[in-house]
Amino acid sequence: MAALGVVLLVVSACLLAPFYAHDIAHVDAFSSNLNGQIRLNGKWVSVLQANTQGLGLGVTPIGPTWHFSNYFLGADNQGRDVFTRLLYGGRATLLIGTTSAVICCLVAAVLGLAAGYFGGVIDWIISRVFDIVWAFPIYLLAISLSVILLTSGLNVGPIHIGAGSLLLPIIIIAAVFVPYVGRPLRGIVLSLKEREFVQAAIGSGASDWHIITREILPNVAPTIIVFLPLMVAFDMLTESALSFLSIGVQPPSASWGTIIQDGLGLLYTRPWVAIAPGLGLVLTAGALNVLGDGFRDAFDPKAKLRGSI
Amino acid sequence: MLSFIIRRLISAVLVLFAISVMVFLIFFATPGVDPAARIAGRSASPAVVAAVRAAFGLNRPLPVRYLLMMDHLFIKHDLTSYVNVNTPVIPQILHAAPVTLSLVLGAAVIWIIVGVLGGVIAAANRGKFIDPLIMFVGIAAVSVPAYWLGEVVNYFTQSKFHSSVFSWVPSSGYVSPLTNPWQWALHLLFPWLTLAALFAGIYARVLRAELVNALNEDYVRTARAKGLSERRILLRHALRCSLISIVSLFGLDFGALVGGAALLTEIVMGLPGIGQLTYNSLQNLDLPVIMGCVMYAAFFVVFANAVVDVVYALLDPRVRVA
Amino acid sequence: MLSVRDLKVSFATRQGELRAVDGLSFDVGAKEVLGIVGESGSGKSVAMYSMLGLVRDANVSISGSVKFEGREILGLSDREMQRVRGGEVGMIFQDPMTALTPVYTVGWQIVEQIRAHTEMTKVQATARSIELLGEVGIPNPRSRVNQFPHEFSGGMRQRVVIAMALSCNPKLLIADEPTTALDVTTQAQILDLMERLQQSYGSSIVIITHDIGVIAEMADRVVVMYAGRPAEIGKEIDVVRYPRHPYTWGLLGAVPRVDSKNSRLVTIPGTPVSPLDVPDGCPFAPRCEYRMTICDQRPPLHGSDDHLDACWLSDEQRLQIRPTPEGPEARP
Repeated sequence: MAALGVVLLVVSACLLAPFYAHDIAHVDAFSSNLNGQIRLNGKWVSVLQANTQGLGLGVTPIGPTWHFSNYFLGADNQGRDVFTRLLYGGRATLLIGTTSAVICCLVAAVLGLAAGYFGGVIDWIISRVFDIVWAFPIYLLAISLSVILLTSGLNVGPIHIGAGSLLLPIIIIAAVFVPYVGRPLRGIVLSLKEREFVQAAIGSGASDWHIITREILPNVAPTIIVFLPLMVAFDMLTESALSFLSIGVQPPSASWGTIIQDGLGLLYTRPWVAIAPGLGLVLTAGALNVLGDGFRDAFDPKAKLRGSI
Repeated sequence: MLSFIIRRLISAVLVLFAISVMVFLIFFATPGVDPAARIAGRSASPAVVAAVRAAFGLNRPLPVRYLLMMDHLFIKHDLTSYVNVNTPVIPQILHAAPVTLSLVLGAAVIWIIVGVLGGVIAAANRGKFIDPLIMFVGIAAVSVPAYWLGEVVNYFTQSKFHSSVFSWVPSSGYVSPLTNPWQWALHLLFPWLTLAALFAGIYARVLRAELVNALNEDYVRTARAKGLSERRILLRHALRCSLISIVSLFGLDFGALVGGAALLTEIVMGLPGIGQLTYNSLQNLDLPVIMGCVMYAAFFVVFANAVVDVVYALLDPRVRVA
Repeated sequence: MLSVRDLKVSFATRQGELRAVDGLSFDVGAKEVLGIVGESGSGKSVAMYSMLGLVRDANVSISGSVKFEGREILGLSDREMQRVRGGEVGMIFQDPMTALTPVYTVGWQIVEQIRAHTEMTKVQATARSIELLGEVGIPNPRSRVNQFPHEFSGGMRQRVVIAMALSCNPKLLIADEPTTALDVTTQAQILDLMERLQQSYGSSIVIITHDIGVIAEMADRVVVMYAGRPAEIGKEIDVVRYPRHPYTWGLLGAVPRVDSKNSRLVTIPGTPVSPLDVPDGCPFAPRCEYRMTICDQRPPLHGSDDHLDACWLSDEQRLQIRPTPEGPEARP
């Protein structure tokens, strides 16, 4: 229950990002603010300051002010408010995580049902594809796809997705995780098909469509519900990893992954730039994992997702 | 047993073939992408692009192109980077592989020990205070992005407490165990811990779940009825049966990590391994190197899977006959 | 030899207290076979498991007294109980397919038990396990001893389980539905085997079953259980031929008979009560045809000549209801 609360809290905070940016912090999270000044303890302070620590890094952004209304977590090296970017980045990360998890589960459900129910050639083809993708390091596959698609976008027939679109990481992340959900689902459908009530439906001449939607789907649905929060957590982590490698969310958009990357160069002077989005990820993914475990206990104690990615 | 191994090897070769086709298709048959321009690199002259097109037979049918690519990669060994002109790909990979292997091997030892201990302790103390504690740590570990953990560790060991507690930590990098084994271990200590933390959490969680399932099995009740001690039941019966699934998980993870899935840790920790190589070639869009790295990764994953299946058969007598 | 007095087992659940066994008392003499019969969920297995400390649920509470060879074994420490289990008391389980650890050879598993209770060396224990496998009728025991459980059929596995249970010459054997999971011909073989071994080993046996046919074949004395309480206790011949409790009448009526003219299978009407809300009075009352007002009070276990039952019906009433030669008055 606490887990659900944490998730809701993070989601609503991120949804309020524009409100915070416009009405509280009065900053633009996406354009550089190299000469900006803010009022701090009655004094005007430049957002970027000449380096005083002798680290030879040129200018250093101001650190956390811990004033909620003004550069709460400090600025990044372009003078942008880190906390505002954190909220906007959370929107992107959550959006990508959720949509790709939903797409992934839908596609996996369709493929798993088709493979498990119809068997034969369909099953053979789908299972082999699953096997191959399953055997492949997930990050490498996602990276390969991202590299090839990011420069030119995806062009399949009439469909054109621009290179900077959020849709691209969504599709890539959804695609690479399909076997993770599809394989267990196929197994469940296979064993369901042997069960008496499905055999009875087949024997009484019900149509395939009827059997799939009325007999099998309701019994697979709990497993999908259990997998969903876990997949959202997986997908968020994958998104942030891709963005960290600068092949996920493209600038000027921000996600928690890109902010961590921004923070990499500032690690020894302004660690909060990297630490804060990571904490956001840990908190959200952790809560989703707890939630998934709770769902598992409630709906389907046997549901089992591959442990690691 | 021998025929089992042979069958397993044949299927491994088949999977390897399938993966090579998949990688090839991703890089050479994605709609709307000109592979010649990709291989030639970002700012290549038209002449170079034309040369690439000829060398890889890019104007010829797909199957021929596939064979040419494999020929360059595996038979002639002369696939070269176009970004760093005339740097062959294979030696780069061979140079980077020991770094990755060192990282993953050390981490694996740590995470197996910690993960199995954690799982067993949690399962043995179900319902007591320590069980949820271990599981909480496990969940936290699964939810932490590895690269971020690496950064935070770096921050603490290299900056924040470097002048006090962690003054003995060397700056990041890699030292060959052949030149100085002590420095090798010292340089890799925190990368090992960082990588292992994540997997130890996963393994503890998975093993606990398997153990709890196993402890509800009929054979455990039989073992109790035989008058065995709880300790023996847990370790010789329940753990022995649960190890089977841990081994298969380990094979997948180990293969993937050696294959480059540790790239995030390598990048953050400044280790020049396969992951770092892949990352750098990604930054430069150095397609031949990327292809080489990905194929190398696939090889390790498939190889590890084959080994796992053989070990699996050794652990589980039921598989041997099937 | 085994003497159980007022055994009570209950589980604390979210829906309230679940009384699985409520006031069970019986004795088993030396070389005697006691049958415990009842529907599934009547608490017969739980009673046996809780006696031996095999119920590991943290929410369980067990009370009463269980004396084995004069020694109280309820509440023994884990270590002391381990010596009783497998050493002095052997157990046979319902499903031989899952009762053996799949990753070890059957020989390894028998040796493990022998060595847990005796000082035998590995070589001696292996020789003993080959001998045991031969005794329970497994052909080629010398080679089968090195095979894994999945290489045995269901009946053969049950023989292995029996061999294991007998490996330390137990004084008492508890068999929990030993034939339920087997097909009919194998059932008969296993029962024959158990009878033969009981003769040669001289163990006492407690056999738990829902099949009154098994009782008729094996048991010297019978406990009929319903909803965790004993309904009727007596010699096998008395209980089967001159049953006194309406529930036992139902059980006996539910046995299909080859020579019966009436080909319909007789069933006991209604369903067993939920163990979560066993009535305060007679637990069988809601299903009983002969229910009276007094049945709202708990009937005491009473009777004579070592034949007890828990029912408020008087002898006259029983005679009226069941005026057959098998009625209570026709006793020889």
